[in-house]
Amino acid sequence: MATAFKPTEDPLDAARAAAYAMPIEDIDMTDNDLWTSNTHWAYFERLRKEAPVHYCANGRFGPYWSVTKYKDIMQVDTNHGVFSSDAHLGGITARDMDQDFILPMFIAMDPPKHDVQRKAVSPIVAPANLAVLEVLIRERAQKIFNELPINEPFDWVDRVSIELTTQMLATLFDFPWEDRRKLTFWSDTATAGEEVPGNPNKQEREAILLECLMYFTKLWNERVNAPPAGDLISMMAHDPATRNMAPMEYLGNLILLIVGGNDTTRNSITGGLLFLNENPREYQKLRDNPALIETMVPEIVRYQTPLAHMRRTALQDTVLGGQQIKKGDRVIMWYVSGNRDEEVIERPNEFIIDRARPRQHLSFGFGIHRCVGNRLAEMQLKIVWEEILKRWPLIEVLEAPERVPSAFVKGYQKLMVRIPS
Amino acid sequence: MSRVTFIEASGAEHSVDVADGTSLMEAAVSNGVPGIDGDCGGNCACATCHIYVDARWAAKTGEQTEMEHAMLEFAEGVEPTSRLGCQIHMSHALDGLVVRMPAAQH
Repeated sequence: MATAFKPTEDPLDAARAAAYAMPIEDIDMTDNDLWTSNTHWAYFERLRKEAPVHYCANGRFGPYWSVTKYKDIMQVDTNHGVFSSDAHLGGITARDMDQDFILPMFIAMDPPKHDVQRKAVSPIVAPANLAVLEVLIRERAQKIFNELPINEPFDWVDRVSIELTTQMLATLFDFPWEDRRKLTFWSDTATAGEEVPGNPNKQEREAILLECLMYFTKLWNERVNAPPAGDLISMMAHDPATRNMAPMEYLGNLILLIVGGNDTTRNSITGGLLFLNENPREYQKLRDNPALIETMVPEIVRYQTPLAHMRRTALQDTVLGGQQIKKGDRVIMWYVSGNRDEEVIERPNEFIIDRARPRQHLSFGFGIHRCVGNRLAEMQLKIVWEEILKRWPLIEVLEAPERVPSAFVKGYQKLMVRIPS
Repeated sequence: MSRVTFIEASGAEHSVDVADGTSLMEAAVSNGVPGIDGDCGGNCACATCHIYVDARWAAKTGEQTEMEHAMLEFAEGVEPTSRLGCQIHMSHALDGLVVRMPAAQH
Protein backbone atom coordinates (compact mmCIF):
# COMPACT_ATOMS: atom_id res chain seq x y z
CA MET A 1 0.00 0.00 0.00
CA ALA A 2 1.57 3.24 -1.15
CA THR A 3 1.72 6.51 0.68
CA ALA A 4 1.87 9.97 -0.83
CA PHE A 5 4.67 11.15 1.38
CA LYS A 6 8.22 10.62 0.14
CA PRO A 7 11.06 12.14 2.09
CA THR A 8 13.03 13.89 -0.65
CA GLU A 9 16.44 13.26 0.86
CA ASP A 10 18.05 11.58 3.79
CA PRO A 11 18.37 14.43 6.30
CA LEU A 12 21.36 12.73 7.88
CA ASP A 13 23.29 12.66 4.61
CA ALA A 14 22.46 16.25 3.83
CA ALA A 15 23.58 17.46 7.24
CA ARG A 16 26.81 15.48 7.42
CA ALA A 17 28.87 17.87 5.29
CA ALA A 18 28.23 20.79 7.60
CA ALA A 19 28.44 18.73 10.77
CA TYR A 20 31.85 17.26 9.96
CA ALA A 21 33.33 20.47 8.53
CA MET A 22 32.98 22.75 11.53
CA PRO A 23 35.54 22.90 14.37
CA ILE A 24 34.28 20.34 16.85
CA GLU A 25 34.52 22.74 19.79
CA ASP A 26 32.01 25.02 18.04
CA ILE A 27 29.26 22.42 18.00
CA ASP A 28 26.35 23.61 20.16
CA MET A 29 23.58 21.05 20.37
CA THR A 30 21.29 23.47 22.20
CA ASP A 31 20.93 25.55 19.01
CA ASN A 32 17.23 25.43 18.04
CA ASP A 33 18.02 25.44 14.32
CA LEU A 34 19.46 21.94 14.58
CA TRP A 35 16.09 20.78 15.91
CA THR A 36 13.70 22.55 13.55
CA SER A 37 15.80 21.41 10.57
CA ASN A 38 16.15 17.86 11.98
CA THR A 39 19.90 17.95 11.26
CA HIS A 40 21.07 17.25 14.82
CA TRP A 41 21.56 13.57 13.93
CA ALA A 42 24.71 14.28 11.95
CA TYR A 43 26.26 16.33 14.74
CA PHE A 44 25.52 13.67 17.32
CA GLU A 45 26.95 11.01 15.04
CA ARG A 46 30.19 12.97 14.89
CA LEU A 47 30.27 13.62 18.65
CA ARG A 48 29.71 9.94 19.44
CA LYS A 49 32.67 9.06 17.23
CA GLU A 50 35.10 11.86 17.98
CA ALA A 51 34.15 13.41 21.33
CA PRO A 52 31.59 11.33 23.19
CA VAL A 53 31.83 13.56 26.25
CA HIS A 54 32.11 16.97 24.61
CA TYR A 55 32.57 20.42 26.08
CA CYS A 56 30.79 23.39 24.56
CA ALA A 57 32.16 26.61 26.04
CA ASN A 58 29.77 28.99 24.33
CA GLY A 59 26.40 27.29 24.48
CA ARG A 60 23.23 29.25 24.01
CA PHE A 61 22.42 28.74 27.70
CA GLY A 62 26.02 28.79 28.89
CA PRO A 63 28.85 26.24 28.91
CA TYR A 64 28.01 22.54 29.20
CA TRP A 65 29.15 18.99 28.65
CA SER A 66 27.32 16.86 26.10
CA VAL A 67 27.13 13.15 26.95
CA THR A 68 26.20 11.31 23.77
CA LYS A 69 26.92 7.57 24.23
CA TYR A 70 24.42 5.15 25.76
CA LYS A 71 26.68 3.76 28.46
CA ASP A 72 28.00 7.15 29.57
CA ILE A 73 24.44 8.43 29.80
CA MET A 74 23.50 5.42 31.89
CA GLN A 75 26.43 6.17 34.19
CA VAL A 76 25.28 9.76 34.76
CA ASP A 77 21.61 8.86 35.11
CA THR A 78 22.28 6.20 37.75
CA ASN A 79 24.65 8.33 39.79
CA HIS A 80 22.38 10.88 41.43
CA GLY A 81 24.85 11.32 44.29
CA VAL A 82 27.30 13.02 41.92
CA PHE A 83 24.96 14.40 39.27
CA SER A 84 22.26 16.54 40.86
CA SER A 85 18.84 17.47 39.51
CA ASP A 86 18.31 20.28 42.02
CA ALA A 87 16.37 23.25 40.64
CA HIS A 88 18.56 25.61 42.66
CA LEU A 89 21.60 24.44 40.72
CA GLY A 90 19.77 24.88 37.42
CA GLY A 91 17.44 21.89 37.34
CA ILE A 92 16.96 19.32 34.60
CA THR A 93 17.11 21.22 31.31
CA ALA A 94 19.99 22.81 29.42
CA ARG A 95 18.47 26.16 30.15
CA ASP A 96 18.80 26.97 33.87
CA MET A 97 15.57 27.29 35.77
CA ASP A 98 14.99 31.01 36.45
CA GLN A 99 16.40 31.47 39.92
CA ASP A 100 13.87 34.20 40.69
CA PHE A 101 10.97 31.96 39.60
CA ILE A 102 11.88 28.53 40.86
CA LEU A 103 9.25 25.89 40.36
CA PRO A 104 10.14 23.10 42.78
CA MET A 105 9.06 19.77 41.27
CA PHE A 106 10.18 16.32 42.23
CA ILE A 107 12.02 15.68 38.96
CA ALA A 108 14.20 18.69 39.83
CA MET A 109 14.94 17.54 43.38
CA ASP A 110 17.44 15.16 44.89
CA PRO A 111 16.68 12.56 47.56
CA PRO A 112 15.24 12.47 50.15
CA LYS A 113 12.57 15.05 49.24
CA HIS A 114 12.34 13.74 45.68
CA ASP A 115 11.48 10.28 46.95
CA VAL A 116 8.56 11.21 49.18
CA GLN A 117 6.96 13.55 46.65
CA ARG A 118 7.29 11.08 43.80
CA LYS A 119 5.71 8.40 45.94
CA ALA A 120 2.70 10.63 46.55
CA VAL A 121 1.71 10.60 42.87
CA SER A 122 3.04 7.26 41.64
CA PRO A 123 -0.03 5.20 42.72
CA ILE A 124 -2.00 6.77 39.86
CA VAL A 125 0.04 4.71 37.41
CA ALA A 126 0.02 1.50 39.49
CA PRO A 127 -1.13 -1.59 37.56
CA ALA A 128 -4.62 -1.68 39.07
CA ASN A 129 -5.25 1.94 38.20
CA LEU A 130 -3.86 1.52 34.69
CA ALA A 131 -6.50 -1.13 34.06
CA VAL A 132 -9.21 1.36 35.03
CA LEU A 133 -7.68 4.08 32.87
CA GLU A 134 -7.38 1.78 29.88
CA VAL A 135 -11.15 1.54 29.53
CA LEU A 136 -11.58 5.31 29.70
CA ILE A 137 -8.73 6.05 27.30
CA ARG A 138 -10.02 3.58 24.76
CA GLU A 139 -13.53 5.02 24.80
CA ARG A 140 -12.17 8.50 24.29
CA ALA A 141 -9.78 7.45 21.56
CA GLN A 142 -12.62 5.70 19.74
CA LYS A 143 -14.69 8.87 19.82
CA ILE A 144 -11.81 10.97 18.48
CA PHE A 145 -11.14 8.52 15.66
CA ASN A 146 -14.80 8.14 14.74
CA GLU A 147 -15.06 11.88 14.17
CA LEU A 148 -12.02 12.24 11.89
CA PRO A 149 -12.63 13.47 8.35
CA ILE A 150 -12.20 10.96 5.53
CA ASN A 151 -10.42 11.78 2.29
CA GLU A 152 -9.58 15.33 3.23
CA PRO A 153 -6.35 16.76 4.65
CA PHE A 154 -6.20 17.55 8.37
CA ASP A 155 -3.58 18.23 11.03
CA TRP A 156 -2.90 15.02 12.94
CA VAL A 157 -1.13 16.90 15.74
CA ASP A 158 -4.16 19.00 16.59
CA ARG A 159 -6.99 16.58 15.86
CA VAL A 160 -5.47 13.45 17.35
CA SER A 161 -2.21 13.80 19.26
CA ILE A 162 -3.06 16.91 21.26
CA GLU A 163 -6.71 16.05 21.74
CA LEU A 164 -6.01 12.56 22.99
CA THR A 165 -3.24 13.46 25.42
CA THR A 166 -5.17 16.45 26.69
CA GLN A 167 -8.21 14.31 27.39
CA MET A 168 -5.95 11.86 29.17
CA LEU A 169 -4.51 14.57 31.38
CA ALA A 170 -7.93 16.00 32.14
CA THR A 171 -8.91 12.52 33.25
CA LEU A 172 -5.88 12.11 35.52
CA PHE A 173 -6.51 15.48 37.18
CA ASP A 174 -10.30 15.15 37.05
CA PHE A 175 -10.05 18.55 35.39
CA PRO A 176 -13.14 20.46 34.14
CA TRP A 177 -13.71 18.91 30.73
CA GLU A 178 -14.68 22.01 28.76
CA ASP A 179 -11.53 23.81 29.93
CA ARG A 180 -9.15 20.99 29.08
CA ARG A 181 -7.24 22.82 26.33
CA LYS A 182 -5.97 25.12 29.05
CA LEU A 183 -3.78 22.16 30.04
CA THR A 184 -2.28 22.10 26.55
CA PHE A 185 -1.69 25.84 26.68
CA TRP A 186 0.00 25.69 30.09
CA SER A 187 2.14 22.75 29.04
CA ASP A 188 3.29 24.53 25.90
CA THR A 189 3.93 27.73 27.85
CA ALA A 190 6.01 25.93 30.45
CA THR A 191 8.42 24.52 27.89
CA ALA A 192 8.41 27.39 25.37
CA GLY A 193 11.77 29.10 24.99
CA GLU A 194 11.50 32.83 25.64
CA GLU A 195 14.02 33.50 22.90
CA VAL A 196 11.79 32.08 20.17
CA PRO A 197 9.80 34.77 18.31
CA GLY A 198 6.11 34.46 19.02
CA ASN A 199 6.58 32.75 22.37
CA PRO A 200 5.63 34.57 25.60
CA ASN A 201 8.44 36.58 27.18
CA LYS A 202 9.57 35.95 30.74
CA GLN A 203 6.99 38.24 32.30
CA GLU A 204 4.13 36.90 30.19
CA ARG A 205 5.20 33.34 30.81
CA GLU A 206 5.23 33.81 34.57
CA ALA A 207 1.81 35.48 34.46
CA ILE A 208 0.36 32.54 32.49
CA LEU A 209 1.83 30.00 34.88
CA LEU A 210 0.44 31.89 37.86
CA GLU A 211 -3.00 31.75 36.21
CA CYS A 212 -2.46 28.01 36.03
CA LEU A 213 -1.68 27.99 39.74
CA MET A 214 -4.83 29.98 40.56
CA TYR A 215 -6.99 27.63 38.55
CA PHE A 216 -5.52 24.57 40.22
CA THR A 217 -5.68 26.17 43.66
CA LYS A 218 -9.45 26.33 43.28
CA LEU A 219 -9.49 22.63 42.43
CA TRP A 220 -7.16 21.86 45.36
CA ASN A 221 -9.44 23.66 47.77
CA GLU A 222 -12.44 21.68 46.56
CA ARG A 223 -10.65 18.35 46.84
CA VAL A 224 -8.84 18.89 50.12
CA ASN A 225 -12.23 19.34 51.76
CA ALA A 226 -13.70 16.28 50.07
CA PRO A 227 -12.95 12.61 50.80
CA PRO A 228 -9.76 11.29 49.12
CA ALA A 229 -10.31 10.36 45.48
CA GLY A 230 -8.23 8.75 42.73
CA ASP A 231 -7.23 11.88 40.81
CA LEU A 232 -3.79 13.47 41.04
CA ILE A 233 -4.95 16.65 42.77
CA SER A 234 -6.81 14.77 45.45
CA MET A 235 -3.83 12.45 45.91
CA MET A 236 -1.49 15.39 46.48
CA ALA A 237 -4.00 17.21 48.68
CA HIS A 238 -4.36 14.22 51.00
CA ASP A 239 -0.86 12.71 51.05
CA PRO A 240 1.20 13.77 54.10
CA ALA A 241 4.26 14.24 51.85
CA THR A 242 2.55 16.79 49.63
CA ARG A 243 -0.46 18.22 51.44
CA ASN A 244 1.54 21.09 52.95
CA MET A 245 3.34 22.09 49.77
CA ALA A 246 3.95 25.79 49.26
CA PRO A 247 2.01 27.27 46.30
CA MET A 248 5.04 27.38 44.01
CA GLU A 249 5.84 23.79 44.86
CA TYR A 250 2.29 22.80 43.97
CA LEU A 251 2.66 24.71 40.70
CA GLY A 252 6.01 23.08 40.01
CA ASN A 253 4.70 19.57 40.47
CA LEU A 254 1.62 20.37 38.39
CA ILE A 255 3.78 21.61 35.54
CA LEU A 256 5.87 18.47 35.81
CA LEU A 257 2.82 16.24 35.57
CA ILE A 258 1.23 18.30 32.80
CA VAL A 259 4.36 18.43 30.65
CA GLY A 260 5.29 14.85 31.49
CA GLY A 261 1.88 13.55 30.48
CA ASN A 262 1.32 15.83 27.54
CA ASP A 263 4.22 16.79 25.30
CA THR A 264 5.83 13.42 25.41
CA THR A 265 2.96 11.16 24.47
CA ARG A 266 1.66 13.75 22.02
CA ASN A 267 4.87 13.70 20.05
CA SER A 268 5.16 9.92 20.16
CA ILE A 269 1.64 9.62 18.73
CA THR A 270 2.63 11.91 15.87
CA GLY A 271 6.06 10.36 15.45
CA GLY A 272 4.69 6.84 15.11
CA LEU A 273 2.53 7.78 12.14
CA LEU A 274 5.39 9.65 10.52
CA PHE A 275 7.83 6.73 10.96
CA LEU A 276 5.41 4.22 9.46
CA ASN A 277 4.97 6.47 6.44
CA GLU A 278 8.72 6.84 6.10
CA ASN A 279 9.11 3.07 6.35
CA PRO A 280 6.37 1.48 4.21
CA ARG A 281 7.76 -2.01 4.72
CA GLU A 282 7.31 -1.67 8.47
CA TYR A 283 3.77 -0.34 7.93
CA GLN A 284 3.04 -3.44 5.84
CA LYS A 285 4.48 -5.70 8.56
CA LEU A 286 2.15 -4.05 11.03
CA ARG A 287 -0.90 -4.47 8.80
CA ASP A 288 0.00 -8.11 8.29
CA ASN A 289 0.44 -8.70 11.98
CA PRO A 290 -1.19 -6.18 14.35
CA ALA A 291 0.22 -8.11 17.31
CA LEU A 292 3.48 -6.29 16.54
CA ILE A 293 1.96 -3.22 18.22
CA GLU A 294 3.41 -4.65 21.42
CA THR A 295 7.01 -4.24 20.26
CA MET A 296 6.33 -1.28 17.97
CA VAL A 297 5.24 0.95 20.82
CA PRO A 298 8.58 1.01 22.67
CA GLU A 299 10.34 1.30 19.30
CA ILE A 300 8.31 4.44 18.56
CA VAL A 301 9.33 5.85 21.95
CA ARG A 302 12.99 5.09 21.23
CA TYR A 303 12.93 6.41 17.71
CA GLN A 304 11.08 9.57 18.67
CA THR A 305 12.83 10.30 22.00
CA PRO A 306 10.22 12.96 22.83
CA LEU A 307 12.47 14.62 25.39
CA ALA A 308 15.83 15.03 23.69
CA HIS A 309 17.80 15.50 26.87
CA MET A 310 17.94 15.75 30.63
CA ARG A 311 20.49 17.86 32.41
CA ARG A 312 22.38 17.39 35.66
CA THR A 313 24.83 19.51 37.63
CA ALA A 314 28.02 17.95 39.01
CA LEU A 315 28.19 18.08 42.81
CA GLN A 316 31.89 17.22 42.83
CA ASP A 317 34.85 16.80 40.48
CA THR A 318 34.53 13.55 38.60
CA VAL A 319 35.77 11.76 35.49
CA LEU A 320 33.37 10.72 32.76
CA GLY A 321 34.39 9.14 29.48
CA GLY A 322 37.98 10.22 30.17
CA GLN A 323 36.99 13.87 30.63
CA GLN A 324 37.52 15.83 33.83
CA ILE A 325 34.17 17.22 34.96
CA LYS A 326 34.40 19.97 37.57
CA LYS A 327 32.08 20.57 40.48
CA GLY A 328 29.29 22.88 39.29
CA ASP A 329 29.55 21.89 35.63
CA ARG A 330 26.38 21.50 33.61
CA VAL A 331 26.13 17.99 32.16
CA ILE A 332 23.60 17.19 29.44
CA MET A 333 22.57 13.61 28.75
CA TRP A 334 21.41 13.50 25.14
CA TYR A 335 18.95 10.61 25.24
CA VAL A 336 18.24 11.23 21.58
CA SER A 337 21.88 10.46 20.76
CA GLY A 338 22.28 7.50 23.13
CA ASN A 339 19.23 5.96 21.46
CA ARG A 340 21.20 5.90 18.18
CA ASP A 341 24.39 4.44 19.68
CA GLU A 342 25.34 1.47 17.53
CA GLU A 343 27.49 0.01 20.32
CA VAL A 344 24.33 -0.82 22.25
CA ILE A 345 21.48 -0.80 19.74
CA GLU A 346 21.68 -2.79 16.53
CA ARG A 347 20.99 -0.77 13.36
CA PRO A 348 20.02 2.17 15.55
CA ASN A 349 19.08 4.55 12.73
CA GLU A 350 16.42 2.18 11.46
CA PHE A 351 12.83 2.04 12.63
CA ILE A 352 12.18 -1.66 13.20
CA ILE A 353 8.86 -2.59 14.77
CA ASP A 354 9.80 -6.11 15.84
CA ARG A 355 13.06 -5.66 17.74
CA ALA A 356 14.04 -8.39 20.18
CA ARG A 357 14.52 -6.04 23.16
CA PRO A 358 12.58 -2.91 22.21
CA ARG A 359 12.55 -1.44 25.69
CA GLN A 360 16.30 -1.07 25.68
CA HIS A 361 16.24 2.68 25.11
CA LEU A 362 16.90 5.83 27.08
CA SER A 363 13.75 7.81 26.32
CA PHE A 364 12.30 7.35 29.82
CA GLY A 365 15.63 7.90 31.53
CA PHE A 366 17.09 5.46 34.04
CA GLY A 367 17.72 5.60 37.77
CA ILE A 368 15.57 7.28 40.39
CA HIS A 369 14.18 9.89 37.98
CA ARG A 370 12.99 7.33 35.45
CA CYS A 371 9.66 8.39 33.97
CA VAL A 372 6.90 7.57 36.44
CA GLY A 373 4.33 7.34 33.64
CA ASN A 374 6.21 5.08 31.23
CA ARG A 375 3.72 2.23 31.27
CA LEU A 376 0.81 4.67 30.95
CA ALA A 377 2.49 6.24 27.94
CA GLU A 378 2.97 2.83 26.35
CA MET A 379 -0.62 1.94 27.06
CA GLN A 380 -1.90 5.09 25.36
CA LEU A 381 0.19 4.40 22.27
CA LYS A 382 -0.96 0.80 22.21
CA ILE A 383 -4.61 1.85 22.30
CA VAL A 384 -4.05 4.45 19.58
CA TRP A 385 -2.58 1.90 17.19
CA GLU A 386 -5.09 -0.83 18.01
CA GLU A 387 -7.95 1.54 17.28
CA ILE A 388 -6.32 2.89 14.11
CA LEU A 389 -5.69 -0.57 12.67
CA LYS A 390 -9.28 -1.61 13.38
CA ARG A 391 -10.44 1.25 11.18
CA TRP A 392 -7.95 2.03 8.42
CA PRO A 393 -5.14 0.17 6.69
CA LEU A 394 -3.41 3.43 5.85
CA ILE A 395 -3.22 7.00 7.02
CA GLU A 396 -1.17 9.03 4.59
CA VAL A 397 1.29 11.70 5.65
CA LEU A 398 1.03 14.45 3.03
CA GLU A 399 4.07 16.59 3.71
CA ALA A 400 7.06 16.92 6.01
CA PRO A 401 6.14 17.89 9.58
CA GLU A 402 6.77 21.23 11.25
CA ARG A 403 9.08 20.67 14.20
CA VAL A 404 9.17 22.33 17.62
CA PRO A 405 12.02 24.86 17.97
CA SER A 406 13.48 23.29 21.11
CA ALA A 407 16.45 21.19 22.11
CA PHE A 408 14.37 19.78 24.96
CA VAL A 409 10.90 18.97 23.63
CA LYS A 410 11.61 17.03 20.45
CA GLY A 411 8.30 17.22 18.72
CA TYR A 412 5.94 18.36 16.03
CA GLN A 413 3.78 21.42 15.61
CA LYS A 414 1.95 20.18 12.56
CA LEU A 415 1.62 17.01 10.51
CA MET A 416 -0.83 17.10 7.62
CA VAL A 417 -2.40 13.74 6.82
CA ARG A 418 -5.29 12.18 4.91
CA ILE A 419 -7.27 9.04 5.50
CA PRO A 420 -8.06 7.55 2.07
CA SER A 421 -11.73 6.65 1.55
CA MET B 1 24.88 -24.77 36.13
CA SER B 2 22.49 -24.02 38.94
CA ARG B 3 18.71 -24.17 39.11
CA VAL B 4 16.39 -21.30 39.99
CA THR B 5 12.61 -21.44 40.17
CA PHE B 6 10.46 -18.39 39.49
CA ILE B 7 6.91 -18.43 40.82
CA GLU B 8 4.47 -16.02 39.20
CA ALA B 9 1.86 -14.17 41.25
CA SER B 10 -0.68 -16.61 39.76
CA GLY B 11 1.28 -19.53 41.19
CA ALA B 12 2.73 -20.76 37.88
CA GLU B 13 6.25 -22.09 38.35
CA HIS B 14 9.18 -21.87 35.95
CA SER B 15 12.45 -23.67 36.71
CA VAL B 16 15.51 -22.87 34.64
CA ASP B 17 19.12 -24.04 34.75
CA VAL B 18 21.64 -21.31 34.13
CA ALA B 19 25.40 -20.85 34.20
CA ASP B 20 26.89 -19.59 37.42
CA GLY B 21 27.32 -15.83 37.31
CA THR B 22 24.05 -15.30 35.43
CA SER B 23 21.78 -12.76 37.10
CA LEU B 24 18.23 -13.76 37.95
CA MET B 25 16.98 -11.09 35.56
CA GLU B 26 19.02 -12.56 32.68
CA ALA B 27 17.98 -16.06 33.71
CA ALA B 28 14.32 -15.12 33.36
CA VAL B 29 14.54 -12.94 30.24
CA SER B 30 16.76 -15.30 28.24
CA ASN B 31 14.60 -18.31 29.10
CA GLY B 32 11.29 -16.67 28.31
CA VAL B 33 10.04 -16.62 31.90
CA PRO B 34 7.16 -14.12 31.89
CA GLY B 35 6.86 -11.38 34.48
CA ILE B 36 10.40 -10.00 34.48
CA ASP B 37 10.99 -7.03 32.19
CA GLY B 38 14.58 -5.90 32.82
CA ASP B 39 14.23 -2.72 30.75
CA CYS B 40 17.64 -1.31 31.71
CA GLY B 41 19.55 -4.46 30.82
CA GLY B 42 20.85 -5.13 34.32
CA ASN B 43 22.06 -1.73 35.48
CA CYS B 44 19.94 -1.55 38.63
CA ALA B 45 18.27 1.43 37.01
CA CYS B 46 14.63 0.64 36.23
CA ALA B 47 13.23 -1.68 38.93
CA THR B 48 11.41 -3.89 36.41
CA CYS B 49 12.97 -7.16 37.61
CA HIS B 50 11.40 -6.96 41.05
CA ILE B 51 11.24 -10.30 42.88
CA TYR B 52 10.73 -11.60 46.42
CA VAL B 53 13.34 -13.78 48.08
CA ASP B 54 12.05 -15.89 50.96
CA ALA B 55 13.75 -15.37 54.28
CA ARG B 56 15.36 -18.81 54.23
CA TRP B 57 17.33 -17.84 51.14
CA ALA B 58 18.06 -14.24 52.11
CA ALA B 59 21.25 -15.09 54.00
CA LYS B 60 22.70 -16.56 50.81
CA THR B 61 21.49 -13.95 48.34
CA GLY B 62 22.74 -11.03 50.42
CA GLU B 63 21.08 -7.67 51.09
CA GLN B 64 19.82 -4.83 48.92
CA THR B 65 22.52 -2.41 47.83
CA GLU B 66 21.98 1.30 48.36
CA MET B 67 21.09 1.91 44.71
CA GLU B 68 18.85 -1.13 44.68
CA HIS B 69 17.03 0.20 47.71
CA ALA B 70 16.64 3.59 46.02
CA MET B 71 15.13 1.99 42.90
CA LEU B 72 12.82 -0.28 44.90
CA GLU B 73 11.43 2.82 46.60
CA PHE B 74 9.36 3.34 43.46
CA ALA B 75 8.32 -0.20 42.67
CA GLU B 76 4.84 -1.50 43.33
CA GLY B 77 4.12 -3.90 46.21
CA VAL B 78 7.53 -3.69 47.86
CA GLU B 79 8.06 -5.92 50.89
CA PRO B 80 11.05 -6.45 53.19
CA THR B 81 11.95 -9.48 51.03
CA SER B 82 11.98 -7.44 47.80
CA ARG B 83 15.07 -7.55 45.59
CA LEU B 84 16.00 -6.71 42.04
CA GLY B 85 16.77 -9.81 40.01
CA CYS B 86 19.64 -8.15 38.19
CA GLN B 87 21.50 -7.76 41.47
CA ILE B 88 21.51 -11.45 42.41
CA HIS B 89 23.89 -13.70 40.50
CA MET B 90 23.54 -17.46 40.45
CA SER B 91 26.19 -19.64 42.06
CA HIS B 92 26.56 -23.16 43.37
CA ALA B 93 25.49 -21.90 46.79
CA LEU B 94 22.20 -20.67 45.30
CA ASP B 95 21.41 -23.92 43.46
CA GLY B 96 17.71 -24.63 44.06
CA LEU B 97 16.81 -21.00 44.77
CA VAL B 98 13.10 -20.17 44.71
CA VAL B 99 11.89 -16.61 44.13
CA ARG B 100 8.40 -15.17 43.74
CA MET B 101 7.31 -12.42 41.37
CA PRO B 102 4.89 -9.53 41.89
CA ALA B 103 1.65 -9.23 39.92
CA ALA B 104 3.23 -6.61 37.66
CA GLN B 105 6.54 -4.81 37.30
CA HIS B 106 4.92 -1.37 37.57
